[in-house]
Amino acid sequence: MIKPHRNHPLWFAFLLHRVSGVVLALFLPVHFYVLALALTDPAGLNGFLSLTENIWVKIAEFGLVFLLAAHMLGGLRLMALEWLPWSDRQKTFAVTAVAGAFAISCSFFLSAVQ
Amino acid sequence: MLTTRLYMLQRITALVMAPLVLGHLAVMIYAVQGGLDAAEILSRTQGSILWLVFYGSFVAAVSIHAAIGVRVVAFEVLGLNKRILPIVAWCVFLALMILGLRAVYAVTLSGAGL
Amino acid sequence: MSQDLSVSVWRSETNAFQEFAVPAQKNQTILDVVSWIQANSDPTLSYRFACRVGMCGSCAMMVNGEPRWTCRTHVKKVLKSNNLEIGPLRNLPVVKDLATDMDPFFDKWVEAKGVFESTKTRHDDMEPIIPDAPERMAASAAIECINCAVCYAACDSVSGNAEYLGPAALNRAWSLVNDVRDGAYEERLEAASGAGGCHNCHSQGGCTAYCPNELNPSASIAGLKKETSRNWFGWGRS
Repeated sequence: MIKPHRNHPLWFAFLLHRVSGVVLALFLPVHFYVLALALTDPAGLNGFLSLTENIWVKIAEFGLVFLLAAHMLGGLRLMALEWLPWSDRQKTFAVTAVAGAFAISCSFFLSAVQ
Repeated sequence: MLTTRLYMLQRITALVMAPLVLGHLAVMIYAVQGGLDAAEILSRTQGSILWLVFYGSFVAAVSIHAAIGVRVVAFEVLGLNKRILPIVAWCVFLALMILGLRAVYAVTLSGAGL
Repeated sequence: MSQDLSVSVWRSETNAFQEFAVPAQKNQTILDVVSWIQANSDPTLSYRFACRVGMCGSCAMMVNGEPRWTCRTHVKKVLKSNNLEIGPLRNLPVVKDLATDMDPFFDKWVEAKGVFESTKTRHDDMEPIIPDAPERMAASAAIECINCAVCYAACDSVSGNAEYLGPAALNRAWSLVNDVRDGAYEERLEAASGAGGCHNCHSQGGCTAYCPNELNPSASIAGLKKETSRNWFGWGRS
């Protein structure tokens, strides 16, 4: 349960940044391992890539793309907050970052299912 | 637990990665059309110095960035002892660096007879 | 007649909330409710307050899970279906019931070098302060802090990292960095750069969201991050 003192937009922006960061860090070794199959086991790589035809795998990929885009855009917001002149529109920027990440991941998903 | 040095490394690698992530997202949206195919991916990347530099610097930056991020989470969420934190960060860095560079080698150089 | 309020108050002896029924008034603050309980239901209830008008910063508590200055928080603003839950501030050790030990909070002000270092002696002329000069406005922006620790209780960076100096101390440090009369720029940036320094802030903005004086510690900490970054590149004030 979300504790009451955390119930504000910028805390949720923090949560998204942290969760996306952790998930991406866990995903990366798998990602690298699969790509390296091109070297050790090309047939295995193709077998793995064919898994991505499955709609659930596509949905999982959509999630990963969303998390990557959200981590990047949210991170840019944080660096702008820290290094550019202060702006009071942080909530707007945070929501814009999430919306941007959603747009990017949706275009990925539409490309993947077509 | 961040000192200025780790903070700066975290921000600088983030800034380096921002355009790389955008490029990676664009490539993904492009490449996923019509399904993922190993031959198609490798024909684009094999022997390409551009992709070698692009993904090589991406792997280096993400290894540093993720190691520092995991270090923070290990301390704040898992409550790991401060003396263990540098070991955790170095392990994450080296693991991602080795796996990542191996993957970059596999998709860019391995088929180029180098 | 109005219904009694149902109030749960944290008791340290039992490590649990205790229920009290408190007569509702038309105008009533959380501090009024706590004081009524202490005066009429249980004289052993411990809590802290002094000025009752939002100046001294001693009466902050968790009210329905959110940090508040209780003397200026009206019951009707925070009442949830006639219930109130009142506890000691988060992130600080509890002395008894609703009274927390503020030592760690104030120790960190000292650690953050929150003490003004004068560059002049009593024999020098007074520094002219022009109220609307940009550097004075930057210093003044962060100056109205009453040390109530509401921001400190709202901050999850503090909960995750016991060494983290917290919003109030860093806000104070930033105010002094901007004060042209202060002579400890380098030492203060050094103090704000350690294992508990400004770089541990995750910009959750809880401090700014809850500051009862509507200060913006989040912006102050961002200012420190920027200044320490500039300094790291050798672009700081020397």
